[in-house]
Amino acid sequence: MTITDRPVDNGVNVAALLGARDALSAAPEAAQFTWRASCTWRHGTHSHSNVSGFTGLGGEQQHRNTYEFDVDHPECFASEDNGATPVEFVLVGLVGCLTAGVAAVAQHRGIQLRSVNATIEGQMNILGILGADPDVRNGFEAITVRFAIDADASRDDIEALVAQSQKRSAVFDVVTNPTKVLVEVA
Amino acid sequence: METEAVVIGAGHAGLAMSRRLTERSIEHVVLERGEVANSWRTQRWPGLRLLTPNWQTRLPGCGYAGDDPDGFMPVADVVAVLRRYARHVGAPVRTGVTVRTVRTASRGFEVQANDEVLYARAVVLATGACALPAIPAVAGAIPPSIMTLSPLTYHDPGQLPDGGVLVVGASASGVQLAAEIHRSGRPVTLAVGEHVRLPRSYRGRDVFWWLEATGLLAERYDQIDDLIRARHLPSPQLSGTPEAPLTDLNSLTAQGVRIVGRLGRVADGVAQFSGSLANTCALADLKMNRFLNRVDDWADTSGHGDELPPAHRFAPTRVDPDTPLELDLTTGEITTVLWATGFRPDYSWLAVPIRDRVGHIRHDGGVVTDAPGLYVLGLPVLRTRASTYIHGAADDSDALAAHLHSFLCSRRR
Repeated sequence: MTITDRPVDNGVNVAALLGARDALSAAPEAAQFTWRASCTWRHGTHSHSNVSGFTGLGGEQQHRNTYEFDVDHPECFASEDNGATPVEFVLVGLVGCLTAGVAAVAQHRGIQLRSVNATIEGQMNILGILGADPDVRNGFEAITVRFAIDADASRDDIEALVAQSQKRSAVFDVVTNPTKVLVEVA
Repeated sequence: METEAVVIGAGHAGLAMSRRLTERSIEHVVLERGEVANSWRTQRWPGLRLLTPNWQTRLPGCGYAGDDPDGFMPVADVVAVLRRYARHVGAPVRTGVTVRTVRTASRGFEVQANDEVLYARAVVLATGACALPAIPAVAGAIPPSIMTLSPLTYHDPGQLPDGGVLVVGASASGVQLAAEIHRSGRPVTLAVGEHVRLPRSYRGRDVFWWLEATGLLAERYDQIDDLIRARHLPSPQLSGTPEAPLTDLNSLTAQGVRIVGRLGRVADGVAQFSGSLANTCALADLKMNRFLNRVDDWADTSGHGDELPPAHRFAPTRVDPDTPLELDLTTGEITTVLWATGFRPDYSWLAVPIRDRVGHIRHDGGVVTDAPGLYVLGLPVLRTRASTYIHGAADDSDALAAHLHSFLCSRRR
């Protein structure tokens, strides 16, 4: 990496994150978070979800705003296409998580980022969700993420950034490892 | 009985400590549940050799004196070396003495062992880091028809039924046992989580020569950025066999071992593996190359670069893009699961409240600050990165014995 006079600033407060790590190691109950979203069916395959509150640091927390999301399917699925598909939300979640990780790790390692762009693709055979072939799974067969990063760093250092961001990514873990899921009827 | 110090465990750490206490004329006794080097006698498979070369296998006042300094000691030789060392230093070992409880008492500690009670002003816990296998909770979901064992109960492939073997964990034990079992004709699948890839040798020198020369093994615990991580790092993918220079995943793949991701869950008898294998391997390759860069830098700046074979890099770990994510354990294809998922110490007999919420002893480089007079020895990265290996006990025992000595002196006043 290049040493410059200007301090590295990717807009990530690493000191706060490291402070949180120390504080939460000492008070592990505050590290237990619950993330929430709620969803209302509109019409057809269209639904509307929002997120506003979550639990963590020993209490109830609020986002600055309520964030709203329309979820639907495209017209070729005989839907009205009022929003992205649920699987695209998964892709958005994964690539957003990895990109945040790249910025945070770069800040921690003293690497100034100039630009970070990523494309993500998930391959899926929809015979699975159509129930047409029992040997085809519903979910992605594979996901490919391609990062283009311009930074004051060698290619090895940039590859290490991307590798470390996967290692510490919640969504990467969610997608690559089994998770217990319980769906109930109220 | 009353004594100044009790050392629990007569392995390399306990014996090194005994020697350091004798040097300082501190009256003590070493309690050992079995014989000297008990774990090496009873809990190591006979094919195991030390990861460290013979020249490095040194104890306080006793270096390697054999005729094969670059070899790797088999378990039986380790036992012989420790027995000889115990006699050599006149360690006051009482064998066949199982410690039931250690608790604080009015003037130090009360140690209940067999049917007697000992009182000591200082106690050194040297029972080892590998007393119990660290087996993940997912083990409970393995179908009962499958034989399960750990490196502590594994002896040789002959004890396994015919059929496939799932080895979980790719540290030194995992890769060595995967290779040994696969050679016996039982097809091995190796589940690989976070691991440490290192070459057995590089530029003509053993990797432990480099770890020592570059100062890496001497890094102190209080200067390491992420100490928790350093203390929980899996052992490197090495084996103590000069004939097999690489025991990395590429060499296992070439032998026919099937590599899969970290074991995440077993649902209805089907093992599910993580899809993060490619990144796990990329991280290990990157980390190995950072170490090799450090080695090359050292060679250049120390002026030794010209005498050594040229720098090079090892092939990246090959990950099959079609690596399976599932393995059905109910078809009879897999008959054995071997948990090479690490080890943990056993302090179940310790009644002094010095353990953190996950059961680890809180200590400052082996000094248990919450219980003055109590020390722990023989744990990974206890005081330096060398603490993980046998020779690290030499410096660690010296530092802790000095602390213990001044502790006793301060109490006498």
